[in-house]
Formats: sequence, structure tokens, C-alpha cells
Amino acid sequence: MQVTSSVREPLVTGGKTYHDVTHDVSRQVEGKPTLLWFLAFLTAVGTLAIGLIAVTATVWEGIGMWGLNKTIGWAWDITNFVWWVGIGHAGTLISAVLLLFRQKWRTSINRAAEAMTIFAVICAAMFPVLHMGRPWLGAYWALPLPNTFGSLWVNFNSPLLWDVFAISTYFSVSLVFWYIGLIPDFATIRDRATGLRKVIYGALSFGWDGAAKTWMRYESVSLILAGLATPLVLSVHTIVSFDFATSVIPGWHTTIFPPYFVAGAIFSGFAMVLTLMIITRKVFKLEDYITMTHIELMNIVIIITGSIVGIAYITEFFIAWYSGVEAEQYAFINRATGPYWWAYWSMMTCNVISPQLFWVKKIRTSIIATFALSIVVNIGMWFERFVIIVTSLHRDYLPSSWAMFYPSITDVGVYLFTFGLFFTLFFLFAKFFPVINMAEVKSVLKSTSEKVRK
Amino acid sequence: MERDKNFILGVYDDEDVLLHAVSEVRTSGVKIHEVFTPYPVHGLEDVLGYKRSRLPIAAFLFGLLGTTLALTMQLYMMRFDWPMIIGGKDNAAIPDFIPVTFELTVLLAAFGMVGVFMISSNLKPWAQPRIFDLRSTDDKHIMAIDIANNTSLEVVKIQEILKSSGATEVNNKSFE
Repeated sequence: MQVTSSVREPLVTGGKTYHDVTHDVSRQVEGKPTLLWFLAFLTAVGTLAIGLIAVTATVWEGIGMWGLNKTIGWAWDITNFVWWVGIGHAGTLISAVLLLFRQKWRTSINRAAEAMTIFAVICAAMFPVLHMGRPWLGAYWALPLPNTFGSLWVNFNSPLLWDVFAISTYFSVSLVFWYIGLIPDFATIRDRATGLRKVIYGALSFGWDGAAKTWMRYESVSLILAGLATPLVLSVHTIVSFDFATSVIPGWHTTIFPPYFVAGAIFSGFAMVLTLMIITRKVFKLEDYITMTHIELMNIVIIITGSIVGIAYITEFFIAWYSGVEAEQYAFINRATGPYWWAYWSMMTCNVISPQLFWVKKIRTSIIATFALSIVVNIGMWFERFVIIVTSLHRDYLPSSWAMFYPSITDVGVYLFTFGLFFTLFFLFAKFFPVINMAEVKSVLKSTSEKVRK
Repeated sequence: MERDKNFILGVYDDEDVLLHAVSEVRTSGVKIHEVFTPYPVHGLEDVLGYKRSRLPIAAFLFGLLGTTLALTMQLYMMRFDWPMIIGGKDNAAIPDFIPVTFELTVLLAAFGMVGVFMISSNLKPWAQPRIFDLRSTDDKHIMAIDIANNTSLEVVKIQEILKSSGATEVNNKSFE
């Protein structure tokens, strides 16, 4: 029998009943889309369409359309790739790691966070695929498929190939995890619907009937998927960091990269979850489900991961000095004082200083401050990847090849395309799928409700 | 097609009442067909006497298959089928094969286990489930009792047992 604490803070406020949960969440799916939703959706689709011009130009003309040069072979593309993958991490973290740690507050936010993960990973994957130059041949270069292009198989010694396996596994496992969680909620919508909607949600719900035996297996599957996804979260960004760490470029060749990248990913991911959830709870009137407690707890995660990232920056500097390697020392001094000093100090301000403001309870529990800081953190994390990639490449061992990177309009367009794609998918999700995991919220309702408290 | 089935349904509002009710109904000799709940009620599988799911074993075996496949594939391709010296590394550079091996282990474990779950629970897009009560995916817990499985007890007696166990409603349902 479950032990109920009468002093525990309620996770869902407003004295909701089970039926209220069903009603409040299904309302969005069943009602007509609002004007606000249409406007937001059209903006996203418009951005997507404008960005598509840049993507077409890249595929048609080749990646010469980007601002890359002989020295800087990776710039915005890989910056954006790592940034989007990092954003994706919070979703799996919330659904998997917090499930293993029995953090019940995850139930209100896991669905939207997982959706965010999936859409962010799709956006991330765009960049390496486009960077191939001839993406239609990409399958032969990236997957172990028999071919006659010379070297017969892909190179399993290369971290870039590990990335292919890591990202595709991460994407597909996250997708399955997300969908398994959606099945019971689709059944709820099916049982409230009539006509065509009933047919569609009937198919989506896979014939779920809520039998105790199925729930038992469902719980078992969720727990094991969480157990599998937890090391996956750590492995994916570790492997992404190997793209840099296994090279011999000063500023990349460091052992701190794997944990530092993972912390940064969780940091930026939680910031993006906050940005999206603050908008979603307001637009869909879900303040009783995504409460200040949720926001505050996420802000605490931001403080922790932000501080880890801050320590990592300082450690990198210390190790560069302590190693006695001149090239390494120069790379770091150049980051802070060279031509890209502004990017470095933007990163420091946004990632190290700004999250420390959350130590103040007033800021941590303010919606406006949280929203603003979540965006600041995302900007900071973009700069972090930019600083790592571009400042390390633009001045290497050979001063005659030193160069600067200037993004072309196509670079901007491709980045814009992924924003359009991300928000188009997110708005479609928010309209047609239940944004809150109804079944899981119902399961925590009783043990933490206000009624029990009294 | 299955023959006509008649079920008695006990409707419960509260999970704690349901958990007690399941024990009571079972001890009074009634065989429960299945209980349908809108969310996972912890402890329900114990009082219903269900055996632990063997899905973890399926996951482990599929994971093992993933590990074996990944290592075999990489060794075969890099060492035997098309050996090349890359960056002065050994053809069979096992440490380099670990990331891909890990990913494929997780991939096969997850997909294999979910596949087994889908098949064992009869979850598929074209499945037509028997819905005993539409409210079972909203806010009610439904205990279904198959009359054909409880021939030793009279229907009225079963209904009484359900009511006394805390059911807020007792209904009948037949499927064609």
C-alpha cells in the first residue's frame, strides 16, 4: 500500500479531480484552434518556408554557400547541431532520470519535454546531413551499407560515425518512450470522441483498454526504458564531445569535454523546457498543472548545471595553463582576448553569471525573470558551442592560415529553417496531442492533493 | 467470433477502495476477469495475484543480441572483410568499437522489449478493444466479472459482493 504524506506540497493545485484532469488536458485537442494558435503556427510555417530557400540553395549549390573557409571547416553548422542536440537532452532527462529517482513532479512536464527532445533532435540532424554536401549519398557514408565507392565500409574508428549511431539510437528510443506514454492518453481522447476523431485517435491509441495487466507491463516497460535512456542521455553528449575531444586541435583536446558537454546539454535543455512551458501553461491555462513548484525546481536544476558549466570553464583555463603546452595556453588566451572576445564574454555572462541570480528566491519564483533568464541561457549555450568550435579553429598551429569566420546569409537561413521546423512541429503537437501526461498526473493526484493535506 | 459474453461490472471511484475491494471479492470466491483503471494503480497487480512481468528478461536478451551483433559486425567489417590501417590503429581496435556497441545494445534492448510488450498486450493500430465502460479511461476503476467463469455463484450474489466491497455502481455488459 502506498504511504501518503499529509504534509507534502501538492503537485497539482486547484483541487482537481480525475475528471478535471481529463477535461483540462483534452480541451485543447477537442476544441477548435484559437486565433493565437493560428498566428503562432503561421509564423512558424513562414519561418520554415523562408529557411527552406537557404536549405535548397545549400543542397543545389553545395556548402560553398556557407561562410566556411579553408581554416574554419566547421562553424555555424556544427554549433547549431550541438546546440540543438543539447536542448534535446532535458526531455529524456526529465522522463528517464527523474523517473528512476522517483521525482513525481516530472509528470506534468515530461510529455512536452519529450516532444521537445524529438523535435530538437530532428533539427540537430539537419546540420550534419546538410554538411555532407551530397546528402542523397549520405546513407552510404554514414551507415554500414555495402557499396562500391572505394573504402567499402564506414570507419568505426571515427567519432563522427559514433555520432551517427548515438543520435539515431537516441532519437528512436526517445520516440518510442514518448509514444508509449501517449498511448493511454490517446485512449482517453478516443473514449470521449465521436466520428472521424474517434477513428484517428482509436488507431493512435493502439487498442488500449487500461487493463491492470497491461498497466503492469506498461510500468515495467517505462522503468526499463528509463534505465536504458539514462545512460543513453549521458552517452549521446559524451559522444558528441568526442567529435572534438579525440582530435588534436588546441582547445578541443581535453578530457573534461564529456561531463562538461553533458552538464551543458542539461543546462540548455532545461532552459528551453522553461521557455516552452511558461508559454504553454499560459496559452492553454494549465497553471494548476505546471505550478510555481515545477518552475522553481527546474530553476534549481539550472543553478546546479550552470554552476557545473562555470566550473568547467575555469577548469579548462587552469588545465591549459597547468599543462604547459604553449598552443593550448594560447588557444585559451585567444578565446578571452582575441578577435572573438565578445563571443567568449557573452558566453561567460549568459552561462556563468546569469543562472546564479536564481539563488535569490524572488527571482527563482518569478515567471518573467525565469522566462527572460531561460532565453539568456539558451543564447549563452549557443555562444559556448560557437566559442569552442570557431575560436579553436580560426587560429591553429600555422599562423599563415589564420582566418576569421563570417556567416553567410545561407548560414542564417538554414538556422532559421530549423527554428521554423521546431516550432511548426511543437505547435502541431500542442494542438493535436495531449500536452500533459494525463494518466501519470492522475496517479500522483491523490497522494499529493490539497484535500489529503487538510 | 467469441460467444456472447455477459459481464458484471463494479465501478469504483477511489484506488484505495478498489485495492481492498479486489482482495475482498477474491476471498469471497469470485473470479475477476480484469480490472480497468485510468492510470496505473500501484499494488493492484499484487492483489489480483498477477505474476511479475518477464519483460526485463526480454530486454536483457535483446540487449545481449545487440552487443553480439554490433561487435561481430564491426570486427568482420574492419578486421576481416576490408582491413585498412586508419590513423595507425589496429584493425581490431576494440575500444573504438565500444560506443557503437553500446548504442546498438540499447537500441535492440529497447525495441525488442517494446515489441514484446506490444505483442503480449495486443497493442496495434488496428486493434478493436472491448471497452467495458468508457469512463475507465477517464476517472473510474472498473472491475469486470465474467459470469461464465463464476457458475458456482448466483449473479445476484456477485452483485451484492461488489456493492458491499465499495462499488458505487454495479452494471451489466454483454459483447456480441
